[in-house]
Amino acid sequence: MVKIKIIVCIKQVPGSTEIKIDPETNTLVREGAGNTINPFDSYAVEEGVRIKEMLASKDSSVESDTDVEVITISMGPPQSEEALRETISVGADRAILLSDRAFAGADTWATANTLARAVKKIGSCRLIIFGKQTLDGDTGQVGPEFANRLGIPFIGYVSQILEISKNKIKAKRLMEDRYETIEVRLPAAISVAKDINVPRVPSLRGKMKAKKVDIPVWDMKYLEVCEDEVGLSGSFTQVIKIFTPQIKHEVKIIGGSSEEQAGELYHKLKELNVV
Amino acid sequence: MRHFLTEEQQMIVDICRQIVEEKIIPQRAEMDENEIFPTDILKEIGKSDLFRLFIPEEYEGMGTGIFEVCLVTEELSRGDLSVATSYAASGLGFLPILISGSEEQKKKFLPLLASGEKLAAFGLTESEAGSDVSGIRTTAVLDGSSYILNGTKQWITNGGEADIYTILAMTNPEKGARGASAFIVEKGAEGFSFGKKENKMGMRASATRELIFTNCKVPKENIISREGMGFIIAMKTFDRSRPAIGAQAVGIAQSALEEALNYSKIRKQFGAVISSFQAIQHMLADMAINIEAARSLVYYAAKVIDSGDKNVSRLSSMAKVFASDMAMKVTNDAIQIFGGYGYMKEYPVEKMMRDAKITQIYEGTNQVLRNVIALDMIKRGVL
Amino acid sequence: MYDAIKITGGKAVIDESCIFCGACIEVCKFKSIKIVGLDEVKEKDFSSYSGVCVFLETNNNKIIDVSYELISAARVLADELGVLLSAVAIGCGLENNLGEAFEYGLDRLYLVESPVFSANFDDIFAKALVQVISKYKPEIFLAGATSFGRTLIPRVAAILNTGLTADCTGLEIDKQKKILLQTRPTFGGNILATIITKNSRPQMATVRPHVMEKKKIREANTDYREKIECIDVDETKFKTKYKLVNVEKETSENINITDYDVIVSGGRGLGSGDKFAMLKELAELLGGVVGASRAAVDSGWISYPHQVGQTGKTVNPKIYIACGISGAIQHLAGMQTSDIIVAINKDPGAPIFRVANYGIVGDLFEVVPKLINRIKSGK
Repeated sequence: MVKIKIIVCIKQVPGSTEIKIDPETNTLVREGAGNTINPFDSYAVEEGVRIKEMLASKDSSVESDTDVEVITISMGPPQSEEALRETISVGADRAILLSDRAFAGADTWATANTLARAVKKIGSCRLIIFGKQTLDGDTGQVGPEFANRLGIPFIGYVSQILEISKNKIKAKRLMEDRYETIEVRLPAAISVAKDINVPRVPSLRGKMKAKKVDIPVWDMKYLEVCEDEVGLSGSFTQVIKIFTPQIKHEVKIIGGSSEEQAGELYHKLKELNVV
Repeated sequence: MRHFLTEEQQMIVDICRQIVEEKIIPQRAEMDENEIFPTDILKEIGKSDLFRLFIPEEYEGMGTGIFEVCLVTEELSRGDLSVATSYAASGLGFLPILISGSEEQKKKFLPLLASGEKLAAFGLTESEAGSDVSGIRTTAVLDGSSYILNGTKQWITNGGEADIYTILAMTNPEKGARGASAFIVEKGAEGFSFGKKENKMGMRASATRELIFTNCKVPKENIISREGMGFIIAMKTFDRSRPAIGAQAVGIAQSALEEALNYSKIRKQFGAVISSFQAIQHMLADMAINIEAARSLVYYAAKVIDSGDKNVSRLSSMAKVFASDMAMKVTNDAIQIFGGYGYMKEYPVEKMMRDAKITQIYEGTNQVLRNVIALDMIKRGVL
Repeated sequence: MYDAIKITGGKAVIDESCIFCGACIEVCKFKSIKIVGLDEVKEKDFSSYSGVCVFLETNNNKIIDVSYELISAARVLADELGVLLSAVAIGCGLENNLGEAFEYGLDRLYLVESPVFSANFDDIFAKALVQVISKYKPEIFLAGATSFGRTLIPRVAAILNTGLTADCTGLEIDKQKKILLQTRPTFGGNILATIITKNSRPQMATVRPHVMEKKKIREANTDYREKIECIDVDETKFKTKYKLVNVEKETSENINITDYDVIVSGGRGLGSGDKFAMLKELAELLGGVVGASRAAVDSGWISYPHQVGQTGKTVNPKIYIACGISGAIQHLAGMQTSDIIVAINKDPGAPIFRVANYGIVGDLFEVVPKLINRIKSGK
C-alpha cells in the first residue's frame, strides 16, 4: 500500500509584530508575548487536512484514510516544536522538526534547500503546501525556490482547490485582477492565501494527541546536507543593517461637533477634487 | 478565576475560548438582531469533540461528567447565551436516553450526538403545563407496533433544528403524574411538524418552536424505559442538567462584568476614569463576589452529581437559582455602569441582560425550585 | 533580533534563535561579538558582470506600470555605476508595444518572442530569463513584486544560484564597494533592513508596484527599434508543466482595490458586516472602493480581496479614509504611502492618527452619514 503524503511547511514567528528597536541595545522591543504559528500557515495546515478528508471519502483509488498522511515540518529553533504540536491538534498526522545550529541565519534560499532535503528524505510526497508568506520575513520566496530545488511546479496564491487526485491538481489562484485556474501533475507545491478556507478550532482528541506525540528532530547530519548549503553559510544574501524607519508626520485634527467635522471633511475632499 | 483544573479540563476551556473569540463574538450582534441560528458555530463545536463530553466512552463519547459540560456551557455563554443554550439543550434532549434508555437505544442514538452530527431537543412544556408538568395533555396511544402521539409542545429550544426529540406524553391520563411516558421521536416522522419560531426578548439566535403532533406514528421501540416512567425520567434529567443552567448564568454574568470593567477603565467623567469612583468600585466588587460564589456553587453541584450521589435535587436547584438571580442583577448593574451607552444596542451589555432573564425561568422557575429546596429540607433536614 | 542573547552566569550566551542580523555587534560595549566564518570566504571575481537589467512584465501584451517604475529606479542605479541599462521582455506579439519603455531611459531591450510565451508561466519564463542573464551577465537584475513576479523571480534566482531580496522599498549603490544596497521592511514595517548579495551575481531584487516613481526622461521616437535585440529560443526546450484552464476577470468579488484612487476602509469599529453598506455608499459617491482591516475580514464582515495590510493588499490611493480602524502596524504597512490619509476613530490615542493627514476623533456612525448627506446635497 503506497501512502499519499501531503507535506505542510510551517514556521513559528513572533506573536506580535508590534515591535520597535531599542536604540541603546539595538534589540527588538516586542509588545505582546510569545510565539505563534505563522498565520498563513494555519490556512495551509487546514487545507492539507481538508484534502486528506476529501481524498479519503471520494477518490475510489484510495481505499481507507490511512492511505493519506498529512505531515507538517518546520525549520527552526527547538521552540518551534510548540507550533508543530498545534498542527497535530487540528488534524495533522505527524510532525518533524528540522533543527540544527548550522541552520541559523538562513535566508530564503538556504531555508528552501533544507526543506527540500527533508522532503526528499520523507519520500513519496505528492503535494507540499506553504502559507503565502511569513509575518516576519514576508517575502513569499521559500515556496518557489523550494519547488525549483525539487524540479516541481509551483502554484502560488491558491484561493481554491477545484480538483485533486493522486496524480493531478487543479487550483484557482488569485492574481491582481483575475483568478486563473491552473492544472499541473503531481508532485507539486502550492502556497495558499487566506480566502482558501477557515481554519478549524482544535479538537479535544487532537489536543490530547498533540500533547503525547513524539516529534523527531532532524539535524544537519540526519538530512545529509553540507554546511555550505544551509544556514548563514548557505545564504546568498545578508543583512548588514537594521533600523527603525523615521516617520515624520503632522496630523491635523478636525474638531467640533460631528456636523462640523463632516462639513470640514467635505470641503477638504472638494478641494482635493475627489467630490 | 478557575483553579485546580486538570490538563484535559484546561484543554476544554482553551478550545471553548478560541471558539468564543474567533467565531462567536464577531457574529453575536448580528445573530441576535436577525435571529440567526448558529448552525456553523455548532458544527465547529461538534468537530472539536465538545458534544462528546455529554456521552460516556462506550458510546463514542469522552464524557467524564457534568462538570466538564458546565465548563463548556459557562465558557460558551461568555460569548453568547444562544450558542450555549443550543449546546446544552441538545445534551438535555439526549439525557433521558442516557439515563434510562435501553442498550439498543443508547447505541443507536448517543453516537449521533457525540459526533455533533445531530442535535436534540427535550419536549415537555405545553401551553397548559409549565411549572405544573403533570398538566401535559399530549397523549400517546399504543396501536399495534406504534404509539400514536397527539398534542402540541410549546417553547421547545432547538425546535425545528434538532433531529432527535425526547417527548413526554400521557399514556395513562387517569393515573396523573404516574401516567406519563418518554418517547424518542425523530424529525421527519409522519405527523410531526413544527409551529412558528418564537420572537423572543433574548436568546434570540436560539430556535424556540412549537412541536405539533397530529397522529404522529412513533415506533414502539422508541419508548424510553416503560410506560409511566415519564416524570421520573424528566426529574432525573433536570437534576443533572440544572447546574449547566447555572453555568450559563455564570458565563453571561462574567462577560457582563468584563465589559463593565473595561469600560469603567476608559470612560472619563469629572476628570477621572469612573473606575476610580468608589461607587463604581463597590458595584464591580459585588458583581465579582457574586459571580465567584455562584461559580463555586455550580461547580460543587456538578461534582456532587458526578460523584454518583443520588440526592442531588436540592444542590442542583440551589446552583441554578442562585446563579440565575445573580446573573440578572449583575447584567443589570453592568448596564448601569455603562450609563446611557449601556442602553444602546451598539454596546453588548443590554443584550446580556435580555439574555440572562430566561435563566430565571426555564428548567424550573426559581420559585418552583425554591419549593423543591424547601421540601427537600423539610423531608431530609438541613444536612 | 530574535532575543537570542541571554545572560547566564554573568556571560552572554547566544542561542539558536540567532539569525546573524549583526545588530548586537555594533552595540556591544565590549566589542566582544563577532560573526565568524564570513570574511574567510574568498571573494569571487565578478568583473565579467556589468550593467543593470530589468524584467518587463506584461499583461495582455502591454507592459505593466511597475516595470516602468523599475526602469526609472534602475536608470538612477545605472548612472551611479556608469553602466548600461537594459531590459528583458518575454511574450508573443509585444513588438509594437515596447516604444514607451525607452522613454523612461532604457539603453537596450532583449526581446524573446514565441507562441510558447503567450501566457505567463514561471517555468518557461524562468528558463528564458536565465538564458538571457547567463549570456549578458548584468550585475543587477530587478523585477516587479507582482503575483507573477513573486513566483517567477525566486525560480530564476534559484536556478542561477544567486541571492534575491523581495519587496524592496529602497535601492542604492554603495559608492565604495559598487554593490547594490537593498532595503526592505520586515516585521510589518516596524523595522527596515538593508541587505546585500554576497558572493553571487546578479544581485537580484524585486520591488512592489507603487513604491518607486516612474519618470519619463526621453522623448518618444522611432529609433528605439534599433536598440531591441531579438533573442532566439529553441521552442522544443520550452515546454511548460502548467495548463491554464480558465481565467475569470474582475467581478465585484475579484475586485482589485489597488487600482482605485479613493479607498474608504472599515475596521473593528464598524461592529458588524452590515455596517459596510454605509462605507460602500461613501466610496461609490467618491468614485472609489471599500477596503478593510484584517479584523473586519477575519470577523467575516467583508471578503478577503478587500483586505489592506501586511497580509492583504498594499495600496497607495490618492485618498484613504480609515473608519473605525485603530491603525495596527500590520495595517499601516499596507496603506501608509497613500497620498492623503483621513482617519475617523472614537479613540484619540489610536495609532492611525500618527500617520493621518486629517484626523477626526468622533463617532463614525455620526460623521460618515453626515458626510454622505453633504456630498449628496452638493454642499
